[in-house]
Amino acid sequence: MTTSIESPRAARTVRRGGVNWEKWGWIYMRVSGVALVVLIFGHLFVNLMIGDGVKALDFAFVGGKLSNPFWQVWDTLMLWLALIHGANGMRTITNDYAHNRLVGVVVKGAILAATVVLIILGTLVVYTFDPCPAGAPTDLLPTFCTGG
Amino acid sequence: MWSWVFHRITGVAIFFFLLVHILDTALVRVSPEAYNAVIGTYKNPIMGLGEVALVAAIGLHALNGIRIILIDFWAWGTRHQKLLQWIVIILWIVLLVGFVPRHLINVFSE
Repeated sequence: MTTSIESPRAARTVRRGGVNWEKWGWIYMRVSGVALVVLIFGHLFVNLMIGDGVKALDFAFVGGKLSNPFWQVWDTLMLWLALIHGANGMRTITNDYAHNRLVGVVVKGAILAATVVLIILGTLVVYTFDPCPAGAPTDLLPTFCTGG
Repeated sequence: MWSWVFHRITGVAIFFFLLVHILDTALVRVSPEAYNAVIGTYKNPIMGLGEVALVAAIGLHALNGIRIILIDFWAWGTRHQKLLQWIVIILWIVLLVGFVPRHLINVFSE
């Protein structure tokens, strides 16, 4: 093993009192990580392994799942935990590699903006979603929409 | 060192997939036709192989993440980090052996 990778390292910052956010971020990555192992492998198993897997995914499939409070809560937890976990990881990587201060601020601003927008969008979709939209072709809808 | 490199690479890749996946799923709020058109692209063979890569990346990131936690919080884990590394690789292979044939049969059938 002669390959070596230059170790990137964020500048050491001196913190004077207050909340140790880096410590809470470190704890969050581990706690959310364990939860996400369960949530994401459950998601992958139900959507890709059971039945016809990826071939069975369509509006009717998602409509059936998101009409069930169990999957609404599951997907909401997955959305929030995964996006914040991913955004915090991207922040760490940005701190390690962006040596120019302005570049770092712009990149982290973009990560934050994308995260906030997608959490709001995703949460609204989960709770305002209509599995039986009026006027849609009935063959595309879950069977419970037509009483079948 | 390599598990650190792969943890970063898979993490970034999964993050970008997550951004796209939330947007495509949000199409259920637009119309059944719009959602079905986009999710249909997940079913073509090239995307099917992409899903194998995605699950491989998620599996490695998840298993290596658990290894990091065990090393951080458990003295035994720190002492046996090399053994844990091998367990990660073995479980990752078991995961893919379970997933890949089943998924590819789904993707390439009919």
